Amino acid sequence: MEYNWDWGVLFREPYFGWIIDGIGWTVTVSIAAWIIAFTIGSVVGVARTVPVRWVRSAATVYVELFRNIPLLVQLFLWYFVLPEVLPREWGLWMKREMPLPEVTTAIIGLGFYTASRVAEQVRSGIEAIPRGQSMAGYATGLTTVQLYRHILVPVAYRLIVPPLTSEFLTIFKNSSLALTIGVLETTARSRQITEFTFQGFEAFTAATVIYIVITLTVTAFMTVVDERAKIPGFITGGR
Amino acid sequence: MIELRNVDKWFDDFHVLKNCSTNIAQGEVVVVCGPSGSGKSTLIKCVNGLEPFQKGEITVDGVSVGGKSTKLPKLRSRIGMVFQNFELYPHMTVTDNICLAQEKVLGRGRQESEEKAMTLLTRVGLSDQAAKHPGQLSGGQQQRVAIARALALDPIAMLFDEPTSALDPEMINEVLEVMVELAEEGMTMMVVTHEMGFARKVANRVVFMDYGEIVEDAETEEFFGSPRSDRAQQFLSKILHHI
Amino acid sequence: MTFDFGVIVDALPFLIQGLGLSFLLTILAASGGIVLAVVLALMRLSGYRSLSLISAAYVNFFRSMPLILVIFWFFFLVPLIIGRPVGGFYSALIAFTLFEAAYYSEIIRAGIQSVSRGQIAAGYATGLTYAQTMRFIVLPQAFRNMTPVLLTQGIVLFQDTSLVYVVALRDFMTATTIVARNEGRLIEMYVFAAAVYFVICFAGSLYVRRLQRKHGR
Repeated sequence: MEYNWDWGVLFREPYFGWIIDGIGWTVTVSIAAWIIAFTIGSVVGVARTVPVRWVRSAATVYVELFRNIPLLVQLFLWYFVLPEVLPREWGLWMKREMPLPEVTTAIIGLGFYTASRVAEQVRSGIEAIPRGQSMAGYATGLTTVQLYRHILVPVAYRLIVPPLTSEFLTIFKNSSLALTIGVLETTARSRQITEFTFQGFEAFTAATVIYIVITLTVTAFMTVVDERAKIPGFITGGR
Repeated sequence: MIELRNVDKWFDDFHVLKNCSTNIAQGEVVVVCGPSGSGKSTLIKCVNGLEPFQKGEITVDGVSVGGKSTKLPKLRSRIGMVFQNFELYPHMTVTDNICLAQEKVLGRGRQESEEKAMTLLTRVGLSDQAAKHPGQLSGGQQQRVAIARALALDPIAMLFDEPTSALDPEMINEVLEVMVELAEEGMTMMVVTHEMGFARKVANRVVFMDYGEIVEDAETEEFFGSPRSDRAQQFLSKILHHI
Repeated sequence: MTFDFGVIVDALPFLIQGLGLSFLLTILAASGGIVLAVVLALMRLSGYRSLSLISAAYVNFFRSMPLILVIFWFFFLVPLIIGRPVGGFYSALIAFTLFEAAYYSEIIRAGIQSVSRGQIAAGYATGLTYAQTMRFIVLPQAFRNMTPVLLTQGIVLFQDTSLVYVVALRDFMTATTIVARNEGRLIEMYVFAAAVYFVICFAGSLYVRRLQRKHGR
């Protein structure tokens, strides 16, 4: 194996700037998409459990649709297909005037996709709460809305902090798919540096280290959240 | 046959077994009893090396259980064990449960193992259940299969770890009957149990444990007639006079 | 605007070829990944600190990496190590196998831990060795418990194979894109791709659910 090492390449301009830029977009896309995913995912997840049939069905359709199509295809649908099938003016707006079209599309696509996964976690959190809790709530005269608002949802979120952590980590990794529609985030930049300099080892190592640092940071942050969210002495039955 | 000399065991800094010594001679039946958490299940699991111990020595038929050069699988195959929760393998039929160790440990052929299994199933009264899976049997039936599984290896001694504790009351006797029969045939047995009727009927000796110590180790009649320690007296009065 | 779905019919043989490659990659990477994952899970649970640490490091390393980056890595590394171009398929296969093994091993570890300790004690008590207890008692039960989760992960893997698009390996996704660009029919082709993936993955997940119900869980 012949290879000319040159770790210095990572710290020369413009490559150093590219890497910093890439980290910026990775973090921006991920966090913005997470906000969408968390909001929609919560609504859909709760909707999956409510005692109203059509609401449950609609939520199920959402989850199945977004979960069973690869994220890459979804991004292409948002980016290439949606502007064409919308009413003419909207499509033109998306193509010509929407700010940062690639980034915006990536955020929306990643957000809607991840929402389906968050929804499943929220649902399983609510379903993990013993049925006796609902009965106790109803027995004291709570309405269904109050039951969700004061008992089921608060408990469910505390239970699902660990799986949500893993979804939150996944969104950072999945943000790399944004490169397929032209967002120059971390992974895209590392490949770009490889193509310009042939220093693949250095460039990909840099990207790898960046993702590991992101993972460690997020994990540490979520450990704190989990500690705060824990209910003392509460153990769910079954699993 | 089974000798325990000054056995000590810790779970981290919890002292589960304290200086335990006793002897079980060939053909003897010894019942180990005591309050829950007294260490009796741990003690019996030390005998076939399922639980390691830190001090003392246990020998079975002259072989040291904790010895560095001891081949535990070989030793274990000579000691039968029956568990509280049966621990039959749920993914195998009753016959396969009994044949597995015969084939894999003793190297018996399939046909010989099956014949042995059938003989033992007949003996415990379950020859018609051979092709079923454990989940299709009652608890009492499962425990009898578990006994047959242990006997299939022609053990020189049998260990029973609360064999009837997980059973519904109406199934306890069908298991005890098999055990009584085994005792009468002269099998060396160490039995952890709360079944004092069984102890009275077949045990040669009773070992009473409390807080990880062997508090009393006496002939059966002596134990039930006039237990020396207060703790054993209290235990007996609780267990014999419950409503 | 007009839709022209005839373009799909014309390109069908080409697309099916791509789909074949997607399936092949899924099956090979899943098989290889599961074998490696069993080794990783057993190392993790072995009780030997060093083995357990190596396994944990492997799993956590791959789980913190985006799959696309792993694909880039191996497309760069494999030819460099072997010293000559080997064709994209093998690079992709190695990348997917090593990557998926990290995820499978967590599933298998949970599966092994779902088998009660009493079962292991029962195996030991009849004189079975560690390897025999694992092989005949623990792993068969673990795999039975895990089958639904393993299949679900297989569906995820199938979706993930679409990412070989980034290195232009001709799976279904890349084939779709080639047709879309050549014929200028992006809408039809991407909607078609979405439909095909959806039908396959949804059917797969329905099957998994039926399996779960049959197991009574």
